[in-house]
Amino acid sequence: MSQSEMTRITEIKARACVIRGDDIDTDRIIPARFMKVITFDDMGLHCFEDDRKAAKGLHPLEDERFKGAGILIVGKNFGCGSSREHAPQSLMRFGFSAFVGESFAEIFAGNCTSLGLVCLTLGSDEIETLRESIELEPDQEVQIDVAQATISARTGRLQGEIPAGTRDQLLEGRWDSTSVLLEAGEAIEQTASGIGYIRGY
Amino acid sequence: MSQKGQNLFDKVWQAHKVRELPGGQTQLLVGTHLIHEVTSPQAFAMLRELNLPVRFPERTFATVDHIIPTENQSRPLSDPLAEAMLSELEKNCAESGVTFFGPDQGQQGVIHVIGPELGLTLPGSTIACGDSHTSTHGAFGAIAFGIGTSQVRDILASQCLALARLKVRRIEVTGQLSSGVYAKDVILAIIRKLGVNGGVGFAYEYGGEAIEAMDMEARMTLCNMSIEGGARCGYVNPDEKTIDYLRDRPFSPKGDAFERAAEQWRAVASDPDAQYDDVITLEGEAIEPSVTWGIHPGHNIGVLEEIPTPNRATNEERAGIEEALEYMDLTPGAPIQGTPVDVAFIGSCTNGRITDLREAAKVAQTGHVKEGVRALVVPGSQEVARQAEAEGLDQVFRDAGFQWRQAGCSMCLAMNPDKLIGRELCASSSNRNFKGRQGSPEGRTLLMSPAMVAAAALAGYVVDVREVNSDVAK
Ligand code: SF4
Repeated sequence: MSQSEMTRITEIKARACVIRGDDIDTDRIIPARFMKVITFDDMGLHCFEDDRKAAKGLHPLEDERFKGAGILIVGKNFGCGSSREHAPQSLMRFGFSAFVGESFAEIFAGNCTSLGLVCLTLGSDEIETLRESIELEPDQEVQIDVAQATISARTGRLQGEIPAGTRDQLLEGRWDSTSVLLEAGEAIEQTASGIGYIRGY
Repeated sequence: MSQKGQNLFDKVWQAHKVRELPGGQTQLLVGTHLIHEVTSPQAFAMLRELNLPVRFPERTFATVDHIIPTENQSRPLSDPLAEAMLSELEKNCAESGVTFFGPDQGQQGVIHVIGPELGLTLPGSTIACGDSHTSTHGAFGAIAFGIGTSQVRDILASQCLALARLKVRRIEVTGQLSSGVYAKDVILAIIRKLGVNGGVGFAYEYGGEAIEAMDMEARMTLCNMSIEGGARCGYVNPDEKTIDYLRDRPFSPKGDAFERAAEQWRAVASDPDAQYDDVITLEGEAIEPSVTWGIHPGHNIGVLEEIPTPNRATNEERAGIEEALEYMDLTPGAPIQGTPVDVAFIGSCTNGRITDLREAAKVAQTGHVKEGVRALVVPGSQEVARQAEAEGLDQVFRDAGFQWRQAGCSMCLAMNPDKLIGRELCASSSNRNFKGRQGSPEGRTLLMSPAMVAAAALAGYVVDVREVNSDVAK
């Protein structure tokens, strides 16, 4: 894949869904027993499966009003725990292309970027405003502007944050890191040749 | 070569930097890449799609750990899904020239147990694996962290990652640990103090008298759970213990090369006047045997303490505590000691090494597993199993009513036949007490040291290991 073929991600326009709660770990997003496969193809089917079962039909992902949402509003430290890319894969295949939360676990956020998914952080007051607005009027379309790191809903435009490096990767279509890394060419072998445990002590 | 005032993280980062990337990230060379069956098959598939070869096949090492059964590892594995994952890994390794440590070769085990054991984990190296507990390898003064599958693809294709630089927090643990207090208790105490989120954006450097006194396996336990504190990697500066451990390992350098390597390893340690972004101190003497009561590792208390009461918590904490207590079905304000357990699990990349089994065996030999308790001992690797059997520990455990199993991740996350059933409550030496982690969507986990797990198995409820046997010395 050459860089020019890559997709620039500048804006997400979709309806949103709210999952309340902090420290939602990747075991909850995709329970480990569904990872016994060698492809990601079916990950979307089991997104939040145990939480959904436990909620007996009351989980936001089963809520008719949120059906078809493309943006997920979450709390603090979303995606903590295991590094499994199965988690963002599962959310992506379920239909989400952006996450808005108070904070994200680092590996989760990194995995999202490599899939071209947006993680936007907002302050706790702004998140609450957004949650209430969306829970009240789930049919509204919200809009994330990646360059500005803002989200606009009926309640207004809220200023959030996307780390500068990630933002540029998304905007410039450099989020698929493999081709970017391969551009370094021979410099990789050169660096390796200076390192004892690689070249021999 | 090193300038004054550098910490180990700075030195390793500099040595492995290939170039700066636009946007402020660094292209970092990953010297040692470890893979397992769960997070690598999709990466190999992506590579094939891109028509790219594995760039440095000699720098990737593979094993099977998550899905391998611990009772019968003969092929084909009885679970066809597990067999398919293992076969796919074998095929990917064979096709690309990657070294694979399979179950029939004697060196298989949990990837974070075998890396150090084989001498693949070396001071001053960068190590990545599609597994968050890669932080374990930091015990040797390596910069080691977990990655996602797309990054596994990146390393296979380029031996590099695009990364933002971490800040470094030094965590000093002063003084001596009391008897019956282990590295597991220290890391739980650190997570309790700094929070499960406290390490986001940081690498943790562990130091101070209590850490320097730890053997290599204790340091691995400590670094293993850095990720549970939000820190993607944690490390201990290499010292003479590190060097002694690495002598005569299958993949460590030999002869004169070893001595040259040891010089470099000593030099990569943080300088005495190194700079840090943050420094935190904990008093070693004050750390008690720790037990979790909730649904993340930060939900832990000393074994003599009481289960938290939500209305004494800050507003911010309250909802989390209520949710945890409801799931765990524990009584706020009650002592954690005396909580009945159904299952006891000793194993995992946190506490499945020989020193862990020795400590647990000391307790096990004082009695018999309580009737009705299911107790499992799962060595972290085939090498650990051999050593334990040579020392007769397997017999000690069997005599005490524990099941002695074969190497694997087992009930740490239950992608294999070892699982909790229904609401079972498990005293576990693993690293995560998340809802559903041990295989039953309603299962419950209490994290503690292996000695504490053994003590709970004998009593049938949580007890202070220091009360069990006054000989349980450090
Ligand atoms: S033992 Fe547990 S934490 Fe360690 S690698 Fe296996 S599943 Fe992961």
